[in-house]
Amino acid sequence: MSVTQVLEGSEAVALAVKACRPQVISAYPISPQTHIVEALARMIADGDLDCQYVRVESEFSAASVVSGASAAGSRSYSASSSQGLLLMTEVLYASAGMRLPFVMTAVNRAVSAPITIQVDHQDTISLRDPGLIQLYVESSQEAYDSHIAAFKIAEDPHIMLPVLVCMDGWILTHSYERVSFIGQEDVNAFLPPFRPANFLDVKNPKTWGSYAEEDVLMEFKYSIHSAMQYAKRRINEIFSELAEITGRDHGGLIEAYQTEDAEVVLIAMGSMVGTIKETIDKLRVQGQKVGLIKIRCYRPFPYEEILESIKGAKVVAVLDANFSMGSEGALGMDLKAKLCNRPGAPIVVDFIAGLGGREVNEARIVEVVKKARQVGESGLPLDEPYWVGLNLKLVEEGAGK
Amino acid sequence: MKITMGAVVLGGTSLDYKTGSWRDQRPVIDQDLCKKCGICESICPDGCVYQEEDVYLIDYDYCKGCGLCAYECPADAIQMISEGK
Repeated sequence: MSVTQVLEGSEAVALAVKACRPQVISAYPISPQTHIVEALARMIADGDLDCQYVRVESEFSAASVVSGASAAGSRSYSASSSQGLLLMTEVLYASAGMRLPFVMTAVNRAVSAPITIQVDHQDTISLRDPGLIQLYVESSQEAYDSHIAAFKIAEDPHIMLPVLVCMDGWILTHSYERVSFIGQEDVNAFLPPFRPANFLDVKNPKTWGSYAEEDVLMEFKYSIHSAMQYAKRRINEIFSELAEITGRDHGGLIEAYQTEDAEVVLIAMGSMVGTIKETIDKLRVQGQKVGLIKIRCYRPFPYEEILESIKGAKVVAVLDANFSMGSEGALGMDLKAKLCNRPGAPIVVDFIAGLGGREVNEARIVEVVKKARQVGESGLPLDEPYWVGLNLKLVEEGAGK
Repeated sequence: MKITMGAVVLGGTSLDYKTGSWRDQRPVIDQDLCKKCGICESICPDGCVYQEEDVYLIDYDYCKGCGLCAYECPADAIQMISEGK
């Protein structure tokens, strides 16, 4: 039976995780992730969830606990943000390499310094390479649904990789939205118990992540990439299967919004997508042919679907809530890499937007569309990304110019 | 080596690899000085110190010669002797 409630995004995630019947949870508190694991700890303490909650002294240990628990054959879960996620980095590389399918909520928050608790995607983008599947969500409802899908994706016997469900801190975790839940029977049928082929067993000892010399390491790494490629198909299937149960279709690896006839296509992920959709609806009323691609799955990178959806576009505006110092935004780089050498490829303009919680509102999205059109009409791609809402005067004053 | 998912391979194989050949210095216990405190046995990172009846001995098949036992021995009963000699 499905129930609808108005509640905090964090609580919705905790209820999704609970419905997935995890056996081990370990996390270390960090804003804005804390409410999720607090809610789960409460459920365990109250006897509402039969699960072992392991308290630890750092995020490194939290990741190590869920990694070990997963190797022991337990469905495992953790959550973190920002510096906490980065402290887990070494363990996350090892976990992907050892093919341990735990799920984590990565509550997006900017990375210090300067220190801030506000949202951007720098933390999870810094974790794009280890072999972690990364899903991004637009709303609390999508966060709830994506967590249930995430365990099934992670535990697919041909995938067996950690999955990060990335959700914007505060904007999603701490605001109250209407969320519909799936009945426990339906979740049980959708997500059977975790029964891996290999698990730590003292009677049958095995080594995980064994030493690999130069004659095999590339093959091991390539097999993770193969699993990622296979995952593209499975993620689409799993999302469809879940949509059948919930009656809610958030799309597949991407969601294409008003792209059919669009001259300007925006590409974005996370909570800013909602504002972009609203703005597009208004621009459409004015006769502007603008569309949006929402990236739901960033790793593996769904370039086939993206290329299909931007076929008719003159210009593509990528909104990156992250930045690679000395280069540009990650999503912009990914897309340009796949477009390069393709005849008739649209011009791509990379916009850096929303760093450290800088608001991405309607006015700024209109500015992005306008700038993208200008670049598209000039036919001259920008060498450098365009920083949305940047106060260059402050920067220059600070540098004593 | 076979490419397995997660590089999962047969475990418990460390006994097959006699790492004693890595050693360039060997610990030698002077049984007359040894006070049988057992510190060497408890701190050896490779578990190479063992007791037989009342005497502590070293398993040179696996001892890598790190010297921790000699460093920690309160009775100075363990000397590190160069393997070259």
